[in-house]
Amino acid sequence: MNNQQQHQKTMERVQQGLDRRYRKERHFRWLGLGAIILGLLFVSFLFITIISNGYTAFQQTYVKLDVFYDPEMIAPIGETDPEVLSRANYGGLIKASMRQMFPEVTNRREKKVLYGLISTGASYELRNAVMSNPALIGSKAEVWVVADDDVDMLIKGHIDLRLPESDRRIKDNQLGWIHLLQEQDRIEKRFNTTFFTAGDSREPELSGIKGAIAGSFFTLLICLTIAFPVGVAAAVYLEEFAPKNRWTDLIEVNINNLAAVPSIVFGLLGLAVFINFFGLPRSVPLVGGLVLALMTLPTIIIASRAALKSVPPSIREAALGIGASPMQTITHHVLPLALPGMLTGTIIGMAQALGETAPLLMIGMVAFIVDVPGSVMDPSAVLPVQIYLWADSPERAFVERTSAAIMVLLAFLISMNLLAVWLRKKFERRW
Amino acid sequence: MKKLISAAVALSLTGFVSMASARDYISVVGSSTVYPFATVVAEQFGKTTKFKTPKIESTGSGGGLKLFCAGVGVEHPDITNASRRIKSSEVERCAGNGINDIIEVKVGYDGIALANSKKAPQFKVTRKDIFLALAKQVPDPKDPMSGKLVANPYNTWKEVNKDLPDMAIEVLGPPPTSGTRDAFAELAMEGGCKKIDWIKAMKKKDKKAYKSLCHTVREDGKYIEAGENDNLIVQKLEANKGALGVFGYSFLDQNSDKVQGSLIDGVAPTFELIADGSYPVSRPLYFYVKKAHMGKIPGIIEYLAEFSSDKAWGEEGYLADKGLIPMPTEERKAFKSDIEAMKPLKL
Repeated sequence: MNNQQQHQKTMERVQQGLDRRYRKERHFRWLGLGAIILGLLFVSFLFITIISNGYTAFQQTYVKLDVFYDPEMIAPIGETDPEVLSRANYGGLIKASMRQMFPEVTNRREKKVLYGLISTGASYELRNAVMSNPALIGSKAEVWVVADDDVDMLIKGHIDLRLPESDRRIKDNQLGWIHLLQEQDRIEKRFNTTFFTAGDSREPELSGIKGAIAGSFFTLLICLTIAFPVGVAAAVYLEEFAPKNRWTDLIEVNINNLAAVPSIVFGLLGLAVFINFFGLPRSVPLVGGLVLALMTLPTIIIASRAALKSVPPSIREAALGIGASPMQTITHHVLPLALPGMLTGTIIGMAQALGETAPLLMIGMVAFIVDVPGSVMDPSAVLPVQIYLWADSPERAFVERTSAAIMVLLAFLISMNLLAVWLRKKFERRW
Repeated sequence: MKKLISAAVALSLTGFVSMASARDYISVVGSSTVYPFATVVAEQFGKTTKFKTPKIESTGSGGGLKLFCAGVGVEHPDITNASRRIKSSEVERCAGNGINDIIEVKVGYDGIALANSKKAPQFKVTRKDIFLALAKQVPDPKDPMSGKLVANPYNTWKEVNKDLPDMAIEVLGPPPTSGTRDAFAELAMEGGCKKIDWIKAMKKKDKKAYKSLCHTVREDGKYIEAGENDNLIVQKLEANKGALGVFGYSFLDQNSDKVQGSLIDGVAPTFELIADGSYPVSRPLYFYVKKAHMGKIPGIIEYLAEFSSDKAWGEEGYLADKGLIPMPTEERKAFKSDIEAMKPLKL
């Protein structure tokens, strides 16, 4: 009896506490779910603001002009000397075409405002057209040219027309002209190819990210050719050959430590060693790649060592057992098996390097560079630097271009990370 | 692996070889305030001449002069932009590294605006109000003539001057490393500081104390250092109606639908009023050229010619379109002839 009572009492106790324990467990689960939801909210907020700010940058406003390739303003018909053709006054052709469309504008100041509707880049467009086909001289043609950034902002709806005239970048007389052009179907939004084919520019409508992408490519190329072989070799030595003593422990601690050093420190090191001591030029991808290689080396070494560790000792023992030398064991068996893990680590390190600006600041890669770099010795900027420079520019039209450049950078980062995941999924071996 | 290593070695070798050969583009460093103007000229220059587009780094005035004065040779920059005049200590540093002839070019003027959101009423302040509202130490408000200093006690603009609105003092501005901040301290704060007679008298006796009194900005959170990015300040002003911001005229010009410039001593920061010198807080912008590099690096002389042409820095030039306040015609002419004669700087 006593015993049964005792048993019931315990059961009761357990029953009483059970609800509480279940509740606690539910709360614990909700907490984790809440953390995930919060994280997703932040990410979607980030993506929504960037995309909603930036998607318009992939379109650009164009204006149709009736251009007369006046032989008097360019060169006589039949002239093919590129020197003469390149020096001609193409801006004048555009001005003449605008004057013809709006003959009522005669005041000098008003005329200047009128010409301002068309981008300064339009005259280079005409020049390139004539230089590639001198037979154009003397003919008339309809040409679509790039509109000025203020016009572009108006067409995209970024200018609030309810504001008083003095507070707007586009004045009432310009609005009148633009409406007239719109009525004649002379204004059109098109895909912004300039954004992907041009280097940096101070005119938002002429600026592009090709220069920055090329700069990032060359920088990462140098970074990879140095960091990957050195990192893998260091990992192989430390994991397979090095004796376990105080020195190797010290080296290991240092490598782990270096992985956490702020990247600006590597920039300072690069400035002191590569530029001041070796005398390499500033602002070139070669130096940028060297600095980023120093930065990613610890990441690659750590990932490679982990990959080597995960190869089971039985593989090594079997290889050695049938008479392979240690070098053959490593190059024929261990390294191929560890390579997917090493590559994953390397790609993640490269993605990190792609998004880095701080160390590049010290070696002069935060710079205005118009020409698209063609080699590792040409001055260049990189993608994150381009974003930083545009975010700092006063012109309103750079706001959307900043977001568009961020979208391009994110696209590269996501595809690099996907590649890493795919490589791991495809080649990883589990024992 | 062998191939890879030899490729890397070959790559680094080509690096060292080409480093010794000449640079075929102009290298410019310096102020972030001059950067938006210099880059426009550089781009124009690259597109209309046979030379490569100059490379322009935004390093700040002080950082630029440090790089500029490091020596003569292709690895050192040819030109540095500055939002203040070169200091005699910097000239000495240059001379110590073998740079004796520096050509000084004034580019034009930049107005510094004190602005707030369009949604709030426009501010009308004097430079004295600015000094009293932002200085770390101010004359004791109980007895301003006594010469006694106290830590800045003002919390609202109304306490500073009873004609001003009853709003908490909150000013967003650049950090001390910025040339804009230096110029703001010198022109707006010192300008107001001098209006107080006994402080003005102090200048003769103890110049150092006078300067530190007039230039030191309060650190109790009323002046907020908002970083070097002027766009950020504009965005913050839009969100916060009660705050004022300090930034360059070109940002005011581009954002005239969001922010309005305050009247300082009764003058608004407009293009015309800065150009004719009536707006009190405007400063000259400069760049400095290494004479030893002229003729060695291709294009420097032509770049200077482009910069000093009327279509660039003239009253109707493309730099004015970007927000630079041009110099008066006489001053432009004088600088242009100095450039043509390559007249070196004398302090």
